[in-house]
Amino acid sequence: MDGPLLDDLATDLDASFERLVLGHQDRLYTIALRLLGDPREAEEVAQDAFVRAYRALASYEPIRIRELRLRPWLATIAINVCRNRARRKTVQLVSLEAPARDHPDEGGPGAVATSLADPIGGPLEATVRHDSARQWTALLASLPTLYRAPIVLRHVDGLSYEEMSGVLGRPEGTLKAQVHRGLALLRDAYRQSTDLDRQEMTA
Amino acid sequence: MTARLNVVALSDVESALASLAVRAPATLAPATLVAVGLADEYTVIASPIGPVFVAWNGRGVSAVDAAGDPRQFQQRFGRAFGRPIRPAAAIPPRLERALARRLAGDRRATLDLDLRGRTDFERAVWTKALEIPRGEVRPYGWIAAEIGRPRAVRAVGTALARNPVPLVVPCHRVVRSDGLLGQYSLGGPGNKRAILATEGLDADELEELARAGIRYVGSDTTRIYCLPSCHNARRISDRHRVPFRSAAASETAGYRACRECRPDSAARAA
Repeated sequence: MDGPLLDDLATDLDASFERLVLGHQDRLYTIALRLLGDPREAEEVAQDAFVRAYRALASYEPIRIRELRLRPWLATIAINVCRNRARRKTVQLVSLEAPARDHPDEGGPGAVATSLADPIGGPLEATVRHDSARQWTALLASLPTLYRAPIVLRHVDGLSYEEMSGVLGRPEGTLKAQVHRGLALLRDAYRQSTDLDRQEMTA
Repeated sequence: MTARLNVVALSDVESALASLAVRAPATLAPATLVAVGLADEYTVIASPIGPVFVAWNGRGVSAVDAAGDPRQFQQRFGRAFGRPIRPAAAIPPRLERALARRLAGDRRATLDLDLRGRTDFERAVWTKALEIPRGEVRPYGWIAAEIGRPRAVRAVGTALARNPVPLVVPCHRVVRSDGLLGQYSLGGPGNKRAILATEGLDADELEELARAGIRYVGSDTTRIYCLPSCHNARRISDRHRVPFRSAAASETAGYRACRECRPDSAARAA
């Protein structure tokens, strides 16, 4: 599926790079938008990710380019750009890092994430409107980022757990649990918000 | 709203999430191609010879051209570089500042240039031309000698004629070895004279000296000789100014070469 494009990237990067951009721009923009929430920032992240991809491709041997799996590879770059921005701004996106408990051999910034987990009754109660896409956007945005990244990669972008494991550096089993937990949190938040709506309407 | 809505399965959440995929803004792909240098943007800036087109991409300034109109410029650019080009919504502020400083003669202003696909020799010539101070000129042979290719005087002329970014790389400050102004790629020799005039150099005066056979001037107080347009030469008062026809004549008279304009480099070229 990537084969012909990878061949072209390996033999003439400048002639084929536009195809890579056109083929993946919607996904990289979506990933960044759903992780960061801000359209302008998402566009910058997507562009930055493509620039990094171009530089990497320009430095790789053809054989290495032919072995790439473009979807997870580009997602990894986009996630790293998001992370670097988050680190610069030192906002809550720190928890894009794998939490320490999933990687006993890794300590570091991931440990912060655990304190953000399961904020039942927290920001998920944020007001949501009937407009379905807007409502789910708001619900997703209020999901703790520990769950948001796997949820976005699995259910918005459609990566496999095996691919996600490489992208996020977390074991597949952990990711499955996090996705499941994230879905449940979203469902509960959705229920709560519609309950609130009904109460408003019958009041 | 009905109660039924409230019964949500995880699979409903999954399909709601799948619908959150969006299209990238139309600006993303074009901006990305410019950023990696596979497409360019341009604008028109004021210059000593009137408005000129300036093109750039993520690697740096790629072209300066005195084309008559945007269409002509875009055609010429396409032929020369084979990349798509479009007018910029706005010139990036950093680029605008660096460009203004460089054109005002500030050689320390960091201005990236996109010189992909050029030979090492061409880059060496252009880099050397960047060292020539505003309002001064050096002969082609001077560049040839300075880059260690004293026999390549004609090739220096060819490389300067191919300079993709005139004004930014000041090829207008390089003149014929006999002291006459010579050709200029940005719209002809008249423009070369005009640009040098805005830099405070009287080209007519310089050519008059050259026709009289004078290539160097020295000071009988410092016993140093210079190229005539060197800022050190221009400080010499008439009373102490000594003209020379050759570097050899200066050396014989006991003068040493100025360390800034290095007139002996001009003499070393073949």
